[in-house]
Order: sequence, then C-alpha cells, then structure tokens
Amino acid sequence: MTTRIFGSGIRRREDPRLITGQASYTDDIKLTGMVHAAILRSPHAHARINSINTDAARGSAGVLAVYTGSDIEGVLNPIPCAWAIPDSDLKAVAYPAIASDVVRYVGDAVAVVVAENRYQAEDALELIDVDYSPLPAIINPEDALGDGVPQLHEDAPNNQAFHWVAAGGDTDAAFADAAVTVSETIRQQKLIPNPMETRSAIASWAQAMGELTLWNTTQNPHIARFVTCLVTGVGEHKIRVIAPEVGGGFGAKIAVYPWEMITAFCSMQLGVPVKWTETRTENYIATTHGRDHVEYVEMAANADGKVTAVRSVVYAGMGAYLSTAAPGIPTILHGLMYSGPYDIANIKADVYGVFTNSTPVEAYRGAGRPEATFLLERLMDKVGDAVGIDSVEVRRRNLIEPFDNNRDVAIGITYDSGNYSNALDQLLGHIGYDQFRHDQEHEREHGTLRGVGVACYCEICGLGPSQVAGAVGFGGGLWESATVRIYATGKVNVFIGTSPHGQGEETTFAQIVADEIGVDVDDVEVIHGDTDITPMGWGTYGSRTTVVGGAAVALTMRKLRDKAKVIAAHLLEADEADIEYADGQFFVRGAPDRAQSIQDVALQANVAWNLPEGIEPGMEASTYYDPPNFSYPFGAHAAIVSIDPDNGHITLDRYVAVDDCGPQINPMVVEGQVHGGVVQGAGQALWEGAVYDDNGQLLTGSMMDYAIPRAHLVPDIEVHSTVTPSPHNPLGVKGIGETGTIASTAAIYSAVMDALKPLGVESIDMPLTPERVWRAIQATGYTGNGHGHSHGHDHDHGHGHGH
Amino acid sequence: MPNTVPITVNVNGRSHSANVEPRTLLVHFLRETLNLTGTKIGCDTSQCGACVVRMNGVTVKACTAFAVQVDGADITTIEGVAQDGNLSAVQEAFWNNHGLQCGYCTAGMIMSVTEIIERNPNPSAEEVRAGLEGNMCRCTGYNNIVKAALAAAAARQGG
Repeated sequence: MTTRIFGSGIRRREDPRLITGQASYTDDIKLTGMVHAAILRSPHAHARINSINTDAARGSAGVLAVYTGSDIEGVLNPIPCAWAIPDSDLKAVAYPAIASDVVRYVGDAVAVVVAENRYQAEDALELIDVDYSPLPAIINPEDALGDGVPQLHEDAPNNQAFHWVAAGGDTDAAFADAAVTVSETIRQQKLIPNPMETRSAIASWAQAMGELTLWNTTQNPHIARFVTCLVTGVGEHKIRVIAPEVGGGFGAKIAVYPWEMITAFCSMQLGVPVKWTETRTENYIATTHGRDHVEYVEMAANADGKVTAVRSVVYAGMGAYLSTAAPGIPTILHGLMYSGPYDIANIKADVYGVFTNSTPVEAYRGAGRPEATFLLERLMDKVGDAVGIDSVEVRRRNLIEPFDNNRDVAIGITYDSGNYSNALDQLLGHIGYDQFRHDQEHEREHGTLRGVGVACYCEICGLGPSQVAGAVGFGGGLWESATVRIYATGKVNVFIGTSPHGQGEETTFAQIVADEIGVDVDDVEVIHGDTDITPMGWGTYGSRTTVVGGAAVALTMRKLRDKAKVIAAHLLEADEADIEYADGQFFVRGAPDRAQSIQDVALQANVAWNLPEGIEPGMEASTYYDPPNFSYPFGAHAAIVSIDPDNGHITLDRYVAVDDCGPQINPMVVEGQVHGGVVQGAGQALWEGAVYDDNGQLLTGSMMDYAIPRAHLVPDIEVHSTVTPSPHNPLGVKGIGETGTIASTAAIYSAVMDALKPLGVESIDMPLTPERVWRAIQATGYTGNGHGHSHGHDHDHGHGHGH
Repeated sequence: MPNTVPITVNVNGRSHSANVEPRTLLVHFLRETLNLTGTKIGCDTSQCGACVVRMNGVTVKACTAFAVQVDGADITTIEGVAQDGNLSAVQEAFWNNHGLQCGYCTAGMIMSVTEIIERNPNPSAEEVRAGLEGNMCRCTGYNNIVKAALAAAAARQGG
C-alpha cells in the first residue's frame, strides 16, 4: 500500500529558487538597451490642469522623452472596466491612462519621464511644472453620493457609479412582523493591500514585427493581454504577457492598470525596452485599495433567535475610476452572500457604487465576502443580546442543516455542500468555549477584560461557471484550461492558464498529476504565467485556481490515462476491457506482474512505432473546464482577546480556525493559506486603514503610517479542518485562499466587543486601535482606579492569560 | 557626468570595485551594478526588511545604507548563504516548514533569522517574533516563519 501523494504535506517544489535568491521577479529582469520610466502623479485629490511645462525635464541628464496626456490621445484607448454588472445603470466613465484636463485623486498620472536610469528619471520628474487649479474633493462614499458635493465625472451625476439591488423573499414584511430587530452602521474601512512586491512592468516593442512583450506582475496574464490589446490596439496574437515570479497579489494585481499601458506606450514610441517599477509610497496611491463601504444593516428575528430577514443599504466607494473588476465586488461577491451559512428566508442587498476622489478600489483578499460575513456576524451578536441568548447558540439555531448536494438560498444562488454545525462544534471543542465562558464570569468580577468571538462563514469562490459570469456582466469567461505533455522519458510538463503567485500550485498541481497517473511528483513540472506558452486562463483570484484550474489538470490526466490504457492493451495484446490501472501500471486483470508502466506507454506513444490503429502519436492532452457551479467553502473561527482598560491595547491571545475546503491536496499549503488569511483579516480588525484628510490627501501614505501586522503582534494560528467534498468538481475541492480573511475580521471584532461588554461599549469603528478602544472605554464612564486596582491584584487570574 | 566615488567591497566572498554616485543606495548597487537581485526592495521607508543583508556579520537594511558606506566591508546577500550548493540550516528550515509563499520577503527573513539564531542559539517563539519586528510578510501570517526559525535553531544545536 503506497501513501497517496494527494493529501500529502510535501514541501514545495517552487521553494529552492525562492530561498536562494534565484527567482526572477519583474524588477529583477534586465533587457539589453532597457531604459526606465517614472510617472509624475497628481499631488491633488481633485484639480484642473491648466498647463504642463516639461521643457526643463526634457533637458535633464539622461532623459529620452517626456509624455503627457496630450501625447497619448488617440494612441492609447481609455482603460476599460471589465465587470459591467447588469440592471445597475452603471456609468463606464472615461479612464485615461494619463489625465489631461482634470486629475481626480492623489496618484492620477499627469506625465511620464523615460530616462537611461531610474535615478535620472526621478530627477527629471521634479523638473516638470504643472499648473493646477485645485477643486474640492470628496472621500467618504456615503457623503459623495449626491448633488451638493464635488462631482467627479460629468457623465456620472451624483457620483453614482451604479445602483444594484438583489432580493429574495419579502424582507419588508419580515421586518414588520419581527419580534426583534437589530441594526448597525458598519464602516468597512479602506484598506491598502500591500503585496510585498510592488507593481512593476517591462514593455518591449519589436517594431519590425509589430510585437509587444509585456513582463507584468499580474495575477492574470491572459486578461492583461486582452486588455492590453484593447488599450494599445496591438493585435492579441501579437502580444505576449509574461507574469514572472510574482510577489503576492491579494487582489491588487488583478487590475490592468494605466501604468503598464503607459510603459507599453513608451516602448512603442522609443523602440527600446522600458521598465517601470513603483516605489512603495507610490504603491500606496497608485495600486488599488480594498473595501471602503459605509453600510447600514439590519436583521430581524423571532424571540427564540431564529433570524427571519437581513437587509442593507451599502455605499461602496469605487475611488476615482472603475478598476477592472471593481463593480462586481460589493455586488455579486457581497450582496449575494447575505445568507452566509444561515437559513434566512428574506434578504435584500441595496448597494450604491460611488465615485470618490481616492485611489480606485478593487478586489482585496476575500473581496466582498469578508464584508458580508462581518455584517452577518455582527448582527448575530446583536440578535443574541436582544433575545438574551448566547450569540453562539443564536448562530447554531440559524445554521443551514447539513447537505451534500445543492441547497438553494433565498437570495437566489445554490450552495454546493455543507456541514456548518459540525465545523462550529469542532471549533467550540478546540477553543474550549464553555470553559472560557465559565472562567470569564469569574474574571469579569475582577474587572479583567477578556472576550471570545466566534464567526461562522460560508463563502462563494472557485469562480465560476462562464454562463453565470456572462449573466452577471463579467467581461470574460471563468473557465480554465490545462495542457499536459508526457515525454518519451516519462517526464511531465503541465501548462496551466491560471497564474499562481505564492499559493504553491507548482507543487499541488504536480501532486494531482502524480496521483492521477502514478508518476513521481519530481517528474512533473508545472508551467504558468506566459501567454505565449500556456493555454488560455482567466487568472488566479477568487480562490479559483485549484477548484477550476486543478480540475482541468485532473481531467486532462484522466484523458491521458484513457489513451494510455488503449496503447497498453495493444502492447499487452489484450482487450482494452481487460486492462486495469493501478499506481502508474497498466496490466491485464489478474496479471499485474506483466504490466506496462505509464513511462513505457509514454515512450511508445511518443516514438509511435507500434500504436493501435486510430491512435494519434504523442502523449499530450488538453482540457477546457467550465465548472457547473461555484464552490462554497465554510467554517467557523474563534478569537480570544484581552484588553488593557487603562490604555485600550488589545492582545490577540488565541486564534482557532476550522475550515472546510473539501479534500486537501497538500495540508501544509492549506494551513499556510489559512495562517496568512487570518492575519490579514486581523489587520483589518485591529490595525489597518487608509486614512484621508478632507482634502483627499492619504495620511497613511507609507509603511511608516499604515500598520501592517508584524510578527510580534500575532499569536500562532491554530488550524483545524473538516472535509465535506464539493459535488461539483472532479476533485471535490473548494477554495481556501481567502477563508482566513473572510472569517477573522468578524471573529476578532466580536471578541473585542465581548471583552468590552461589561463596560457597555456597543460599537467601535475598525481598526480597533488602542486610542479608539481607550476612548470608547472612557466614554462609558469607566474609572481606571476601581477597576485598575482589582485588575492589578488579580494579575495571575486575568491579565496574565495568554502572555 | 555626476561625481562618483570609487569603492571596493567584498560581496559573498568576491571583491568588487566600482565607481558609484554618492547617493546610490546599497540595495541599488547590489541589484543594478552587481546584478545580485536576490535582495529585494519592498518599501522606501526602511520598514519591510525585504532588503536585509549582512554587513561584516551584522544585518543591515540595504535600502538604508549608501553604497559608499560599505567601502571595504564584507557583505553577504541571499546568494551567498548556501555554501557549495548546500542550503544553510535556515534555508532548509524555511523549505521544510513552508516558511514562505510568494518568496518576496524571504531573502530578508532568512538573513534576519540567521542572525537571530546566531545571537541566541535557543530562542523562544516570542524572541523570534520580537527579532522579526523589522521584517514584514504579507503571505504567511509569520506562523511558519517562526516555526522555521525554531526548527533551524534546533537543527544548529543538534548539528
């Protein structure tokens, strides 16, 4: 009995190049004759450009060219938005790569300098003189919706980018009949994604051939090729997009940005390769942000805590322009998930997309689902308080019963499989929930502020059936493809359309191959991220790579196994019906000692000296896999926090995750995804937030001011799982890349509110910084003396926990 | 031509002489002049630690030093950590414990962890976390980086 490679936590096959410095990210690449671009960005959030004087910059050392908005007019088409959600009156406003009349956010491009080296390019930027007339700016998405405020786009009155409503059941009636209703105003603050690699591109135009090669740090090179074709006018067949090593994305590398289009423009003008790499400070204003909702949410329930309805009005900031996938995030990926793991009969999501004078918003890890989970979990806690039932019990009473094949929810989508109460039970056992509550009662008598928060979630990922993509206005398909070649030597190349950038599919897809056809995992090499080499794919986002792309690989291997079986039967002079396959060997039933290995068959297929009639030479197959449904991973997470009442400091004492992504190909990789996701969600709850002043200046404009989680601020994350296969894909797998972020913000927020409950604190905006927590505590009339005293005496019982 | 200053620096056991502008950052000198691109640039405010290298055995952020400051110094970058094709204990531990995902912070992490366990051969998890305050990772939640550091320390003790 051999150990199955599928399910084995083998170490990653991509790591040797990454731990030795041998990997090449975009900025590591040098081409012969390459020059460097730097982009001049608007210092104003909103201003009219009166004039631009580039004379001094043009004369600066090493400068080859300076271009402004007038230079690209008629040459570069505007940047398209690729997700035009239907029935929403969406305003596809013009998004020029370089602004020529009005700048609409701090970061909008106004000019580009190309010079022999980067220092020279940046020197010259300082010599460009732009005469602006500043205009008033608007940043808050709720405030921005209306006519009495600064207007960003003539063709988007009231700054309304779209208005989208989704509903199921009769929400109004349910609220009218409810025993209790609870409500909350939630500020899903604007977040800065911060992949450790900033954005970068190299464009190389081969004029004689009319061919453009674009190295681009992207999550989706084929979409980048398509959009580059639309913007530059170069034929799609003449564009090659290469995503080399990509240093994290988290959604910020989905969009096709003006910046790489400007880089392409420069190369096409000058006929030499041009590199552009943003600084981190530039990244903070020029690379897309996430979230930015103002939400008014309500829940209705019976006296026993059974939830009857949920509804929202959401103002979702889009930033100054519509980024590639932006409109789909607060709508399709948010509003459609208002049932979460719960059985809720009446649901309504009412979402306004609003232009603001800030950096465009895009997908950010979880993209819509963290916001949906947060509001459901926040309201579940409030329902618990309103009906006087423990909030975990309220959740349990509302969870959908276990199901293994399709469950419709009121908002009109169909979940694949779930056993939500099992995940919750497992979680409560791991965290020791009952014991915690028992201890907490004692601790509270002594003034110790410790709390537990639980979040249940179900999320939509594995995007998705292409027919649905079309129906919801996504400007492309969402299928995936794989081509697999087994060479005469038995070694295997797998070419995939998805584009991993840290998620480990070079390993996990090799495990799928090894599992399906019995080759050694080290005999498999997975190739991705080059549109000239790999088959079409729609990219790595929405936790879809393994669910959709992995399925394409598995199905391809099954095709090759079928072909191999025919050849093996021929070689064994047996009837195909009598051939069995096991562990890479084909043999006549009952006679495994006379077997043909997959390597034997691959050799014969490749040399083609003796193939059965009608069988083509070669051992290669491709699959274009369009999933029949999305995948719906789920789970339950819990956080335990303690709070110092004297300074508002929160310590994250424990974090436990139970996730269900179906069968795990590589548990070590799955755990890693959960660890990272949880900490990213913790960042939103506790530390992170893009702060703007009233003029639209980003005050958290560098890593000095924007608080990314650091090692000493987080505990070990305890990761557990349950396994409920999806009936919809050949591997039974569900996505795992975003679940940590989807659950953890809600769980940690809930824990903080639980800790503060004895003081009567009801709500604090995220991030829950010490200052905000301290102010909230002070507002309750808390006097440090009394509580602080007993707190000090009982140090061993309370505050010392978890340290 | 801008003013340049001659420097000689020993990088990963090899001596390099070059004329550099005084404003050239060490990280740019390593990446652009010596083509040692394993050292990464993750920020411009000395926060992220992606550019950590060792200068005369001490970790420095290569974005915060000028090339002229390392004249005469011994520099070790990630390219010089493995010896004769053999991974160091720290590299091995990062690989075994899934201490990296996208890999962009990894060079700096490996340089910092190497110094942490050289100074403190038997660190606690808390000490590792405190020691990594100047290194950011957005992928791993630090969980497996800490695990890798502890495993590397144990391996060094054992060996």
